[in-house]
Amino acid sequence: MSDKSTAALAHQFDDPEQQLEASTLGMWAFLATEILFFGGMFAAYAVYRLAYPQAFAAASNHLDILLGTVNTAVLIASSLTMVLAVYSAQFAGRRAQVTFLLATLLLGTIFLSIKGVEYAHKFHEHLVPGAGFRFDGADPRHAAIFFSLYFAMTGLHALHMVIGAGLLIALTVMSWRGRFSAVYYTPVEMVALYWHFVDVIWIFLFPLLYLIGRH
Amino acid sequence: MSPVVEPIIAPENLPPRVNYLNAGYGIRSWLLTKDHKRIALLYLASITFFFFIGGAAAVLFRLELLTPQSDLLQAETYNKLFTIHGLIMVFFFLIPSIPAVLGNFLVPMMIGARDLAFPRINLLSWYIFIIGGMFTLTAIILGGVDTGWTFYTPYSTTYANTYVIITAAGVFITGFSSILTGLNFIVTIHKMRAPGMTWMRLPLFIWAQYATSLINLLGTPVLAISIFLIAIERAFRLGIFDPALGGDPVLFQHLFWFYSHPAVYIMILPAMGVISEVITCFSRKRIFGYSFIAVSSLAIAVLGFFVWGHHMFVSSQSIYAGLIFSFLSMFVAIPSAVKVFNWTATLYKGSIIYQTPLLYALGFIGLFTIGGLTGIFVATLAIDVHVHDTYFIIAHFHYIMVGGALMGYLGGLHFWWPKITGRLYPEGWARLSALIIFVGFNLTFFPQFILGYLGMPRRYAAYPDEFQVLNVMSSAGASILGIGYLIPMIYFIWSMRYGPLAGPNPWNAKGLEWTTPSPPTTENFEHKPHITEEAYAYEVKEEKVVG
Ligand SMILES: [Cu+2]
Repeated sequence: MSDKSTAALAHQFDDPEQQLEASTLGMWAFLATEILFFGGMFAAYAVYRLAYPQAFAAASNHLDILLGTVNTAVLIASSLTMVLAVYSAQFAGRRAQVTFLLATLLLGTIFLSIKGVEYAHKFHEHLVPGAGFRFDGADPRHAAIFFSLYFAMTGLHALHMVIGAGLLIALTVMSWRGRFSAVYYTPVEMVALYWHFVDVIWIFLFPLLYLIGRH
Repeated sequence: MSPVVEPIIAPENLPPRVNYLNAGYGIRSWLLTKDHKRIALLYLASITFFFFIGGAAAVLFRLELLTPQSDLLQAETYNKLFTIHGLIMVFFFLIPSIPAVLGNFLVPMMIGARDLAFPRINLLSWYIFIIGGMFTLTAIILGGVDTGWTFYTPYSTTYANTYVIITAAGVFITGFSSILTGLNFIVTIHKMRAPGMTWMRLPLFIWAQYATSLINLLGTPVLAISIFLIAIERAFRLGIFDPALGGDPVLFQHLFWFYSHPAVYIMILPAMGVISEVITCFSRKRIFGYSFIAVSSLAIAVLGFFVWGHHMFVSSQSIYAGLIFSFLSMFVAIPSAVKVFNWTATLYKGSIIYQTPLLYALGFIGLFTIGGLTGIFVATLAIDVHVHDTYFIIAHFHYIMVGGALMGYLGGLHFWWPKITGRLYPEGWARLSALIIFVGFNLTFFPQFILGYLGMPRRYAAYPDEFQVLNVMSSAGASILGIGYLIPMIYFIWSMRYGPLAGPNPWNAKGLEWTTPSPPTTENFEHKPHITEEAYAYEVKEEKVVG
């Protein structure tokens, strides 16, 4: 095994192919875990949405549809730049790699900033559950559950975005040092899988929280 | 005496001059190791530590239960002790026991790999485990927690005045250590098998680890999120589970048991894998019905995700849901029985050698059968209404988790101890303690079946006078059991230094791990093995082709 090995081949693997296959399967397995992780909250959401449809519809009208839509567009755009980053890690030079990685990072930061603005609005409108919660609809108790789930789900999603941003910074540094080529680009590919997954979670969160029952 | 007991140490049987144990010295070489075998030993030390904490809690409440009144302990202290016992034993001992110790050591060796696919993640998972353990210990030292290991709402979120959030954080964090171990095993088993190691040639221990890892990967995140919701509900006064704020406490039970029923299989499936290995080796026979045992592991893992409602027959779940969950729960008995029948058929007409690991395996079969059959009792709606939350349940799951999982763990530890340390444990003492454990276990838990059937509820420090005789029997059994656990602890440590040298294969067992020297070198195999025969080819006389 030693004569064939490249610098990036870990000792437990026989060849780069096995290493790439193992990393890919590992990432998919991790995403399966993540689906179940979010799944618990989606289940809770489904239960309460079915139990209290009016309260949930009334509460969801208090979300800012414009900011939500803009954020959806920003995230989809970031998925595109991420794909281009993977492509350039294989086939293009350092400049293109770093550009697309930084573009993805920038879009991710925009998403998080907009999310922060939305959270601030909710705070001023006393829609954060807890002692200061005030809701002038028909069923404030169950509207509070909606907002509990809203903050828990989008908060957990945002936490994943923050982790993703950290990974993108690490990738940018590695890419700047010229670590990636057509032979070895596994880290870029793995982070891309993660990033797309986080986007897909948002693609589910957006209609569930912002759109259903809107009038 | 058979040659198995006293191997003749030929020069080629001496341990390699540099092996994984002496490849590096000093605390750093251990704390920063990426060798799966060393990480297994890190886990072994840590879970043994937790086992004795959980055991100490049990000693205290079994002492309290000697008398009907709550005299030795106040009710609050009693509640904290059984909570600590449950939390520590489930999350910090049983769940990691076989996968993280024996699995870590054996999965790469059994499939002919140099290490797991992700050695760094493997080390990370140990650190996560330790951090989670620190949180839980902190909660205990600060004053404990009294919710029971199940964290039922709204008690845990609203009424408990104990350290729920810190404990929840500990369980949440530890969950990721089993997720990462499971992920590592799945990838390793898929991608790292040596040439010729087809799926149907895998040792059954590997199949069991694979099925367990699937549950870890798909179940543990749901537990994590439910515990997370408990913590934020408690911290921010949200109303997700609290009925006073419009939430639904039964939703928590659904989420919790969606993981925590399969968690029983996280404990028992790896033990079943150990039993398959031990039984074939000491009956010198091929396993009977290899593919049935392999597939039944997967069947148990999959079915296990569809039976959680049997914990909620009396929690306002609809009667129709109860019927379906009852039916599905009984279904799990089928793959479990398939295994028991196959092990028995393997023993039939085998050349049986009563070595300690086999004693544990036989104990496992008997106790697991009792635990499994009483599982059918409690899966039956009408009987469960009668015995729900009584000592019958306690006895039932201890027959599975202690009589099954713990016996499997101890059997496996004895079986692979010569491989792990290169030395033999003292056989006489080991047989004696296996016997003590078997007797002590039954004396502890069989009376609890009767107590529960007579109606003694679980989780109370005081009980009516007429239950005292059975409770004294149970406490007496627990002290015998405790002695049974201390003896192996002592002779294992003794044997690391003074045990006779084991040689590569003291049991004449089949399997790739026995083709390596004991203790193995860091790289496990000198040459990449090529596998040309099925597992457990005990009747076949030719040697396995290696190299
Ligand atoms: Cu169950």
